[in-house]
Amino acid sequence: MKNNSSVTNKVFVVCNVVFLTLFVVITLYPVLNTVALSFNDGIDAIRGGIHLWPRVFSLSNYQTVLNQQNIITGAIISVARTVIGTLLALVTNALLAYIVSRKRFLFRSQLSLFWIITMYVNGGMIPTLILYRSLNLTNSFWVYVIPGMISAFNVLIMRTYMEGLPNALEESAMIDGANDFTIFTRIISPLCKPVYATVALFVAVGQWNSWFDAMLYNRMNAQYTTLQYELMKLLSSVMQQSGSATTGGNTASAAVTPVTVRAAATIVTMLPIILLYPFLQRYFVSGMTIGSVKE
Amino acid sequence: MKNPVKRITWREIAHQKFLMVCAAFFVIYGIVFYYVPLAGWVMAFQNYKPKDGLFGSQFVGWEKFKFLFSDEVFLRVIRNTLAMGVLNLVATFLMAIIFAILLNEVRNVFGKKIVQTVSYLPHFLSWIIVTGILHDALSSTGIINELLVKFGIMDKPINFFANPSYFWPIVAFANVWKETGWNAIVYLAAITSIDPNLYEAATLDGAGRWGKIWHVTLPSLKPTIMILLIMNIGNVLNAGFEVQYLLGNGLVKSVSETIDIYTLTWGISQNDYSLGTAAGIFKSVVAIILIFGANWIAKRSGENRLF
Repeated sequence: MKNNSSVTNKVFVVCNVVFLTLFVVITLYPVLNTVALSFNDGIDAIRGGIHLWPRVFSLSNYQTVLNQQNIITGAIISVARTVIGTLLALVTNALLAYIVSRKRFLFRSQLSLFWIITMYVNGGMIPTLILYRSLNLTNSFWVYVIPGMISAFNVLIMRTYMEGLPNALEESAMIDGANDFTIFTRIISPLCKPVYATVALFVAVGQWNSWFDAMLYNRMNAQYTTLQYELMKLLSSVMQQSGSATTGGNTASAAVTPVTVRAAATIVTMLPIILLYPFLQRYFVSGMTIGSVKE
Repeated sequence: MKNPVKRITWREIAHQKFLMVCAAFFVIYGIVFYYVPLAGWVMAFQNYKPKDGLFGSQFVGWEKFKFLFSDEVFLRVIRNTLAMGVLNLVATFLMAIIFAILLNEVRNVFGKKIVQTVSYLPHFLSWIIVTGILHDALSSTGIINELLVKFGIMDKPINFFANPSYFWPIVAFANVWKETGWNAIVYLAAITSIDPNLYEAATLDGAGRWGKIWHVTLPSLKPTIMILLIMNIGNVLNAGFEVQYLLGNGLVKSVSETIDIYTLTWGISQNDYSLGTAAGIFKSVVAIILIFGANWIAKRSGENRLF
């Protein structure tokens, strides 16, 4: 009996290890394969059969990518929108969260409801586009950072955290005559660093990875398109080449781009996230857990 | 319950000047960017022309909606959106739960850490990157075709992106690949909060590892699963735009187009703003019905609910 259960136990452990190993391989292989392709000669790569290591080593793909003006401009815009967008979002979301976490604030519940509604209903693609046009936000950089600045979801995460802080600190500050602005900047904010970090990272990753807004609002302006959008143009030209046609006829780029150049552009686009990943991942995880305990 | 909180006094309100000014800013911002677009829904009942504006355009009543529901393409688009939404939801949910439970069974702390760290990396890559590397893996010289040919399952490479019957599974796989590790975080956190006494009791009752998973871990995860399910059901219609847009092509159009792509084609490319808006309204209304419906069912069956 006991023997039997230890056998099933062993079978379970072996199956589990196999499953998880397979999982890791399937997750990592495509990324490592892209790295290998990006360092391989373009003509040689057409033969296929490149796995984890380049067959004919070459740096020319990276040279091609880094010599393209639109990729450089795209990278600058992407960095700018990530930095400015994250700062703006952090300040405004934190301030709004602070206001709705004040238990004695007169319009506390009304203001909360006003923002929670925005989580469930929105105008949709077309009315939003027309609004941005009439506000002159299209064909400009600001469309990336102003409209999506406040997210009710992030405000909820921050509010939950702030409500969990002890009251005593701010009460004593109140007695010392501190006003709301001082309490927010000097007392609450330093204590909220972990949740600020989490929200900032969510926003930053979202900004860096976003491409659809560039296509919808700034397609005509090469000086405002982002790195991800430029990468998408390379991707659809690769698809055209491999015979699987293009995506909805959306790109202007008809020039044929080798798979290896696209691989190099992919790595360039991925690099900031890969480099920061080991340092930042604990904040991501804590953010997910904060988000899940909220009611 | 009696509320012990004192009434807010006028003196306090006078001191809330800073809060009031900021709140006013947030209300104005919210009205402009979230509530004004809702007024744009009027367009769906008009023959909207940009030169006539929202007030000068001709009013046509339900005509745009009548057109939508008589349009064969739109009906097919609804089918595609629902099918891919449900397929993605089921696939990502099951995989995340299975992955979390199996990872939790690993006793080697270091190995567990490595697997988990690797697992949520894809979540941070954009859909552009994900579809790009998926395209490489599935191309005629890619790893999948190479393995299929090597093991003799196929005699020649398959063109995955040209055959409509492969499209939905490819989209579901892309979602599973990208989100499994990330979605599992919540379940792993929930598993760590399970009372260890339950496992001990199960051991005493002679339960093996499967028994403990089946009778302790899964039932303990049920509330978390229900909440996440309700939250995600409202998103079913959103569960497909970027991948479909990026991987879709003329050959698989009949299965790849979703409501959002329809809106984009009519609203932006064909400049029929009214029709695009009508399609968008349909999607919003269905999403709200779904989320309240799921919440109502959860309430009826005595489960956790969102509100």
